[in-house]
Amino acid sequence: MSEVATGYNFAYLDEQSKRMIRRALLKAVAIPGFQVPFGGREMPLPHGWGTGGMQVTASVIGQQDTLKVIDQGADDTTNAVSIRRFFARTAGVATTEETAAADLIQTRHRIPETPLRNGQILIYQVPTPEPLRFIEPRDSETIKMHALREYGAMQVKLYEDVARFGHIATSYDYPVMVNRRYMMSPSPIPKFDNPKMDRMPALQLFGAGFEKRIYAVPPYTQVTSLDFDDHPFEVQSWEESCAICAAQDSFLDEVITDDAGSRMFVCSDTDYCRQRVAQQEANP
Amino acid sequence: MSAQTAQWQDVAPLLQVRELSKFYAPGKGCGDIDFDLYPGEVLGIVGESGSGKSTLLNVLSARLAPDAGQVIYQSEQFGELDLYACDEAQRRVLMRSEWGIVHQHARDGLRMNVSAGANIGERLMAVGERHYGNIRERAQAWLEAVEIDSSRIDDRPSQFSGGMQQRLQIARNLVTHPQLIFMDEPTGGLDVSVQAKLLDMLRGLVAELGLSVIIVTHDLAVARLLAHRLMVMRRGQVVESGLTDQVLDDPQHPYTQLLVSSILQN
Ligand SMILES: Nc1ncnc2c1ncn2[C@@H]1O[C@H](COP(=O)(O)OP(=O)(O)OP(=O)(O)O)[C@@H](O)[C@H]1O
Ligand SMILES: [Mg+2]
Ligand SMILES: [Zn+2]
Repeated sequence: MSEVATGYNFAYLDEQSKRMIRRALLKAVAIPGFQVPFGGREMPLPHGWGTGGMQVTASVIGQQDTLKVIDQGADDTTNAVSIRRFFARTAGVATTEETAAADLIQTRHRIPETPLRNGQILIYQVPTPEPLRFIEPRDSETIKMHALREYGAMQVKLYEDVARFGHIATSYDYPVMVNRRYMMSPSPIPKFDNPKMDRMPALQLFGAGFEKRIYAVPPYTQVTSLDFDDHPFEVQSWEESCAICAAQDSFLDEVITDDAGSRMFVCSDTDYCRQRVAQQEANP
Repeated sequence: MSAQTAQWQDVAPLLQVRELSKFYAPGKGCGDIDFDLYPGEVLGIVGESGSGKSTLLNVLSARLAPDAGQVIYQSEQFGELDLYACDEAQRRVLMRSEWGIVHQHARDGLRMNVSAGANIGERLMAVGERHYGNIRERAQAWLEAVEIDSSRIDDRPSQFSGGMQQRLQIARNLVTHPQLIFMDEPTGGLDVSVQAKLLDMLRGLVAELGLSVIIVTHDLAVARLLAHRLMVMRRGQVVESGLTDQVLDDPQHPYTQLLVSSILQN
């Protein structure tokens, strides 16, 4: 356990900035899926390292909270380790790798496999918050498109997928409609995770540091993935099961195990995998 | 029903333009514009470069707010609409359903980074179509209607010739069966033979679909071929208007006489 650093405000950000971010968060929660601009602050990590998520975490974390940080499902990647250490040092909070034991989970690219419960908060690091950006580069125009619910152009992206690949090939950052009103980027999670967002009991907060936007999905809110009537939304599936825990219901990563190119499939969610193995050992 | 007979029957004008003006500077823009457009009518706006044709077209098509005056449009969905007093949301709905806008430069009216099929399908999706098979079928039919081989449906517009891009732009607009089309120099910049083919096709579609059109051109041959009626503009004012043949064969205003005698034509 690292030492709590002195000379910083609790969780690094000053109280004024936190209040400003909390106001943006309240607005975001009140208008599910709507991107709220906020006066982003610098964090002592480069952009692309999740400074948007970190600002959100810093603004909502309390002394009694336990924090979990994942990157691509794993707690032990450089990015996850540095963010966890950052809050352990600047806020002195407890940290965990166990999904069920966490009050706050900051994530990049995954939603944990263990279902989240009401009272937990999932904080996403978001690189590009605007789902309409690829079709419309002007902010003035995308703002109008959201305001007037003009989302036909978004369907163009799916059309192009089907025309080129015969199916909707978009597999990450798959656009969703929140509460039947706002189109939202779920951040680059695999579409496998999209159904977990729908009516999730936990609060979902999204922070985009570079573009200075915050958005949210309150607990139990409807989240649907775009599709066509004749090409319905589908998640990834695997023939294999996890080589470590034999899970058949989790998102699998293909890993190369030796120089000869041998491969195996394992859970991307390392905590989930470990929990299952522990359970199997406890009840052989 | 031809436009001329519409005027004599009890048909409401599609567009009523009242004392419309928009000036960037004195003489630059358009002013005192008054006219009615009836269903099925093709109105040509002609005049030399800088006379205010595009400015007027932009104000008429709800893309540029006027300094004064009104444009009243008879909408299929909303009934009578004062374009600059109504909700912006309604104007934008019109633009992707009841109206079509054909730009001089196809790249301003097309999405160059997606396929021809997606370009045509976009408006269908914008008005709620969610069946891929239907969208594709309609895109194919429209490609054929504008004489583009339907096997090119997955090609990007950048792979098309200038004439094909222009025809694609027209298909993209017509797919939702708009009742009113605005065109700004749709044949500008094309080779003469390509122009002729495009004009021929346009004329056919306009007649077949009973479209109402406002077309800006400085090419009097284009005006003669397509327009039922003409407005001649000079320095932002309409100096003469009337049936196309009358204006071109028996011009009354000295400026129109000059224009027709082609001294001013470039
Ligand atoms: N955005 C603008 N700001 C200032 N002046 C403008 C603007 N747009 C057009 N003008 C001026 O207004 C006048 C009318 O321009 P407009 O583009 O309407 O003419 P036009 O008849 O369409 O000409 P052309 O045949 O060359 O397209 C011109 O003098 C033009 O320079
Ligand atoms: Mg012009
Ligand atoms: Zn596993």
